[in-house]
Amino acid sequence: MIEIDRISKLYDGAAAVDAVSMTVETATITAIVGTSGSGKTTLLRMINRLVEPSSGEVRINGESTRSVPKNTLRRRIGYAIQSHGLFPHYTVARNIGTVPTLLGWSKAAIRARVDELLELFSMEPEHFRDRYPAELSGGQQQRVGVARALASRPDLLLMDEPFGALDPIIRARAQEDLRRIQRTLGSTIMLVTHDMEEAIQLGDRVAVMDAGRLVQHGTPAEIIQRPASDFVADMVGGVERPLRLLSLFPLSELVEQGHAEGDALDADTSLRDALSNCLWTGRNAVPVVKDGVALGRVTMDAIRARAEGPR
Amino acid sequence: MKLAALFRTALVLLLLALVIKPTWFTWAFAPFAPDNGAVIYERASLLSLSLSHLSLVALASTAATLVAVTLAILVTRPAGSAFLPLSRTITNMGQTFPPVAVLALAVPALGFGAGPTLVALFLYGLLPIFENAITGLSTLPPATMEAARGIGLSHRQRLLRVELPLAFPVILTGIRLSVVIALGTATIGSTVAASTLGEVIIAGLLTNNTAFVLQGGLIVGLFAVLIYDALVQLEVYLSRRLGAGSSGALASKA
Ligand SMILES: Nc1ncnc2c1ncn2[C@@H]1O[C@H](COP(=O)(O)OP(=O)(O)OP(=O)(O)O)[C@@H](O)[C@H]1O
Ligand SMILES: [Mg+2]
Repeated sequence: MIEIDRISKLYDGAAAVDAVSMTVETATITAIVGTSGSGKTTLLRMINRLVEPSSGEVRINGESTRSVPKNTLRRRIGYAIQSHGLFPHYTVARNIGTVPTLLGWSKAAIRARVDELLELFSMEPEHFRDRYPAELSGGQQQRVGVARALASRPDLLLMDEPFGALDPIIRARAQEDLRRIQRTLGSTIMLVTHDMEEAIQLGDRVAVMDAGRLVQHGTPAEIIQRPASDFVADMVGGVERPLRLLSLFPLSELVEQGHAEGDALDADTSLRDALSNCLWTGRNAVPVVKDGVALGRVTMDAIRARAEGPR
Repeated sequence: MKLAALFRTALVLLLLALVIKPTWFTWAFAPFAPDNGAVIYERASLLSLSLSHLSLVALASTAATLVAVTLAILVTRPAGSAFLPLSRTITNMGQTFPPVAVLALAVPALGFGAGPTLVALFLYGLLPIFENAITGLSTLPPATMEAARGIGLSHRQRLLRVELPLAFPVILTGIRLSVVIALGTATIGSTVAASTLGEVIIAGLLTNNTAFVLQGGLIVGLFAVLIYDALVQLEVYLSRRLGAGSSGALASKA
């Protein structure tokens, strides 16, 4: 568990981050979202002390980050940034193995970990292990950057706009990969983004920042349905709110008995994708299956009801 | 590519022959020698002159590299940045002094021989290496440096594992310039009795023997070309490994 306790950073008397408190549960993703200059990066960098807080404290599993030397602290916290920052003179394997090497792991353990992570990121180890960063695509470099940040099984992974430089298709895939890997490894992640869509897709919790302040911190559904201020409502995007809401729930939540025509959809499909499918195929209901077993159907009316905001 | 390798091998063989078997070339230099004068310099073996010439250059360049890179490291740390202008001024002074003046000033202090030449070569070698090392160390990719800090490398580890390796191709450019200047400048060392290939050239000038001047000049020139070429090859190799996107090749200021 990560506890951020009234943490502030002043630059020339002006607060870049203003008394932010929040708690991040173990094995969850917290997405920090806000406009440019709202203090997201500063908040993130205060956690691994790349920026020293002016006041306040961060505790990781109860231990204050000030009670450990900076470099020791940073080796326990993964850090991945937008332009990946790989070492151009190291191979992929050596890049990923940097922190384990600093921590004195054995060669065999490092090698095994590197291969495990490459597999996890769908990069054939034999094929990629010995390449240099310049010999990778942007998407692959980015994955190696995240793999390096995860290599020593850190208590916490900090990511600053990790997917900012990727094109939309690669980006969507990278987000899915991150979600899958986070579930597999049980990692605790704090991720900065200025894209509300990404925050809602990835975050178990979303933290919205405005002018250095934390203005709302809650589940994606709470943020969409009950924005704490006009600013948050704007960030969530007026027109797209119902669709964003639908993207949070799987079909399995609305299954009812009955029959529907046409191809069946998987129970894990999001309501948003199901709605889109209904519109495209001209249906009012879709059959739902799970592991090949028919569960029933979901009607467009049920989806519409779920998308309605508070009256 | 193949042609270049062939040409390079030919030059190396020519140089070796000129140094080890100078008498093979009597026919070539004879037209430049005065009547009844010697065609091939024989007062000292060209091989031993070459070796002592090269070791002077190697010694001075190594010392200049160590001092210049150390200085550059110091002034690119946050604590040392105040000294950047001062250290630039000092190394620049080393360059504005004519080499002959350095020799003349150093002789009273160090006596005749290799000492004053070493001092002159050392002072001359400092500036290009220092300038390039500063360029290399201050134009590192910012994301890489941020990541290095963020994953917990100490100052020392950052310097040794990231900054110096990444700046190395640029520093090497400075070393190359400095070595080539030293190879040429070392010739005048023989005026203060350092044993270098300059001895052959000066003997030629004193006795109006163009054959000697040509021999000495040719050997020094070939050494310079071949060493320059070898260092360029090394730089190209290193920069290519670092990839197009990194500091290496781009920041060099040859
Ligand atoms: N080193 C610094 N010195 C002075 N001011 C700073 C410094 N770093 C950040 N700031 C200021 O603090 C504020 C917050 O910056 P920060 O980088 O945290 O924003 P951000 O939310 O990450 O923005 P973006 O989305 O553009 O990355 C900005 O107004 C910025 O100008
Ligand atoms: Mg930022």
